[in-house]
Amino acid sequence: MSPEHRYAWTGATLLGALAIPPLRSALEASMSLHMLVQIPLLAAAGALLARALPARALAFLAACNERGIPGIVLALGISSYWMIPRALDAVLASGTAELLKFVSLPLLVGLPLALSWPRLGPIAKGFVAANWIPMLAVVGWLYLESPVRLCNYYLVDQQVAAGNLLVKLSILLAALWLATLFWRPALWTGAAATR
Amino acid sequence: MRLAAATLLALALCAGVLWAGTDGLSAFTTEQARRLAIARHPAAVPAALLEDGTGRSFRLDEYRGTAVAVEFIYTRCRTLCAVMGSGFERLQGELEQSGDELRLLSVSFDPEHDTPAALADYARRYRADAARWRIARVADRSELAALLATFGVVVIPDALGEFQHNGAIHLLDREGRLARILDLDASAAELRAHLANL
Repeated sequence: MSPEHRYAWTGATLLGALAIPPLRSALEASMSLHMLVQIPLLAAAGALLARALPARALAFLAACNERGIPGIVLALGISSYWMIPRALDAVLASGTAELLKFVSLPLLVGLPLALSWPRLGPIAKGFVAANWIPMLAVVGWLYLESPVRLCNYYLVDQQVAAGNLLVKLSILLAALWLATLFWRPALWTGAAATR
Repeated sequence: MRLAAATLLALALCAGVLWAGTDGLSAFTTEQARRLAIARHPAAVPAALLEDGTGRSFRLDEYRGTAVAVEFIYTRCRTLCAVMGSGFERLQGELEQSGDELRLLSVSFDPEHDTPAALADYARRYRADAARWRIARVADRSELAALLATFGVVVIPDALGEFQHNGAIHLLDREGRLARILDLDASAAELRAHLANL
């Protein structure tokens, strides 16, 4: 099996597994699992699928995605939407919203992120990290400090737990970001993705 | 040039999603969204069969002709519903003083525990005057689900055998439509102002 096929299979299997109703409801039963496991995994499935795209599709997307900037803007904007309490509630109340989540996170977040990140220049990478990582902390802090329950479908203690984890995740990501100043994995520099 | 066009397109798509998903950046939570939707488009509510603490049954549409403020409770609740109970007690006093005709109705979403006796006990606890304020349960499970869905009330059981639910004052206009959803601490004067603006 070629690496492309392996990526395609892994991405499609991940997406299929996340869509299985028992796993889907288990991951959505808790706000933390929903935000910090299911949503990132959906994006990861899209990132894997990006690696499996045929050369012609990659060339076309690369032409539209100069320096990776339009793609990263798309990924950041759509991922921000899925942090809004109302968006989390909506997928529990409506099948259409659920479908939109399963389509938009792989195709409009994971895929453009995987195609764009390696192409961003160091300043653009720094800009993205310096905005997106604190955004996680701010969202987490809002969830922690909100005087009211923000999601009608989640308990207050789940909101607090999710907020807590979001803040911790942002600290972890900030530490990793600092670490890359000294150590650069291949994915970071784009050596692996600019095939 | 192409970079600028593609970036603008991506920005426009994201802005469109955020705009549509938050009603023009005005509703970031389901609670804000339902209040906004009801204020824009008052909704017809089902004529659910209710049963009060005296065991008497009546339908929600019997209030037609009089405006009524509705809230959803369960009587074992010691947190949010206690705020709602004393809030309605305060409103009852204000309405009495101003001679308003607005009625109050507390609807229990826990028919198993909230027997007529439990409802009567809740009425005593908050000194509810039956002519102004009734406390009732929805006996039929399927009617209850439809009623909660129309009002946008989500009830989830928690680990302690109690419930978490969104609390608000739901204002039904004289035609029996759900016309406004307001904060729990709204005063009689605020309710009156909203009713006058319908």
